[in-house]
Amino acid sequence: MTESNSLKQLPLKDLHERAGAKFAPFAGWDMPVSYPLGVLKEHLYCRSHAGLFDISHMRLFEVSGTDAARLISTVCPVEAAEQAIGTSKYTFLLNEKAGVIDDLIVTRLAEARFVVVANAARAAVDETWIRDHAAGLDVVMEALDRVFLALQGPDAAAIMDDAGIDVSGLSFMSGFEPRPGWFVTRSGYTGEDGFEIALPLDRAGAFAENLARDERVEWIGLAARDSLRLEAGLCLYGNDLGEETDPVSAGLIWAIPEGLREGGPFIGAQRLAEIIAAGAAQKRVGLRAEGRQPVRAGAELTDADGNPAGRVTSGGFGPSVEHPVAMGYVPAELAKPDTQLFADVRGKPVSMRVVKLPFIVKRSQKG
Amino acid sequence: MSAVSTTYYTEDHEWIRVENGIATVGITEHAQEQLGDLVFVDLPSPGATVSKGDALVVVESVKAASDVYAPVDGEVKSVNEALSSEPGLVNSSAEGGGWLWTMSIADDSQLDGLMDADAYQKSIA
Repeated sequence: MTESNSLKQLPLKDLHERAGAKFAPFAGWDMPVSYPLGVLKEHLYCRSHAGLFDISHMRLFEVSGTDAARLISTVCPVEAAEQAIGTSKYTFLLNEKAGVIDDLIVTRLAEARFVVVANAARAAVDETWIRDHAAGLDVVMEALDRVFLALQGPDAAAIMDDAGIDVSGLSFMSGFEPRPGWFVTRSGYTGEDGFEIALPLDRAGAFAENLARDERVEWIGLAARDSLRLEAGLCLYGNDLGEETDPVSAGLIWAIPEGLREGGPFIGAQRLAEIIAAGAAQKRVGLRAEGRQPVRAGAELTDADGNPAGRVTSGGFGPSVEHPVAMGYVPAELAKPDTQLFADVRGKPVSMRVVKLPFIVKRSQKG
Repeated sequence: MSAVSTTYYTEDHEWIRVENGIATVGITEHAQEQLGDLVFVDLPSPGATVSKGDALVVVESVKAASDVYAPVDGEVKSVNEALSSEPGLVNSSAEGGGWLWTMSIADDSQLDGLMDADAYQKSIA
């Protein structure tokens, strides 16, 4: 069991074990993949009531100091100095080639204080990258030791109120600190309304158990988290985004302010402007298999004439839409909705159609 | 002669019920629990000749695809068509209505290496 010995353990692991979770490795962490309810019902419960997720594998960094906005605007294509206090932005760290080092949520909590939420597998790379670009600036970057939970679904807001956290004034993609050491944003990665809650370790067990006791709440594992985000058309870093992917190809240009699309003070600005001017050669699209057979990440695509036409980067079954759902990158000329493509699944061609994302009607706003 | 059936189990968590020289094959209750809710079952064509160990069926849950192997050499006789519209039968009745396929058995001696119910239960305990 050398593998599990080297895995990082969630602070609330005992609580998940008592809830009957099955665990599996993800991004170096031993993560709850599903609970006794099962992936399918967990997924549906989140869309009909509320799902509780332990996402403590993700890392939070506080970036503070008089140059904090300047640093954020250097490593991300955002206008951090203009960002309203209390708002969150979906953005990325870009390399010089405008490739995505990571996708992030950046929340401005004060004039000179931001919180950055990074993906588990990329947190160490992100931290080094941001620190390297902070040289000479008046900035302090601190990794926050918190338990990080997500509560997602149509009942989430009422449940937060009942748990003593007033979210009535919190609009989507905004955040605040309800108590010392706590950080709450109205955001998430399921397509539902919901919240992400960072809180101190010594408060987390009681708070999570209190939420989980609510009859409107079920624990949701990583497997259903994946099917929820895929139905919502959201990218998974490492599958749908990577250092070789730029935001234009990924269809994420909406996250970059118009004023920065022809150039700016951020890393990768020049290359990004070139890609925008020339147009992306490949585009991320939604893909729907015509039968019931799921087409999963890695499946190669061909066009109607048998020519290579990109590949599937995320795929599975959508429990809410009751059909297979997938995303992939295809040549730009094949990215039009209703274009027919064929995926190679174990040597057999499966007919797919390009479709608009998301697969569901999102109850959250863009993000 | 009454129809006497014998059920065998494999290390790959399949059950094989042999009746009048025909084997009905499925995955065990334990296997369906591990896989979770199935959303698709990719079945073979009747008439296909198969060898022991061939990946014959793919069962797909929300999160993953898993192979089911031919436990013996033989020929596929029929498949459980009900699974194309209701793959969840494998979850609700893994060792009954959720059977996958039937096949002839080319060489009875291949059954000798398989487990009986007691041995299988011990292997997953």
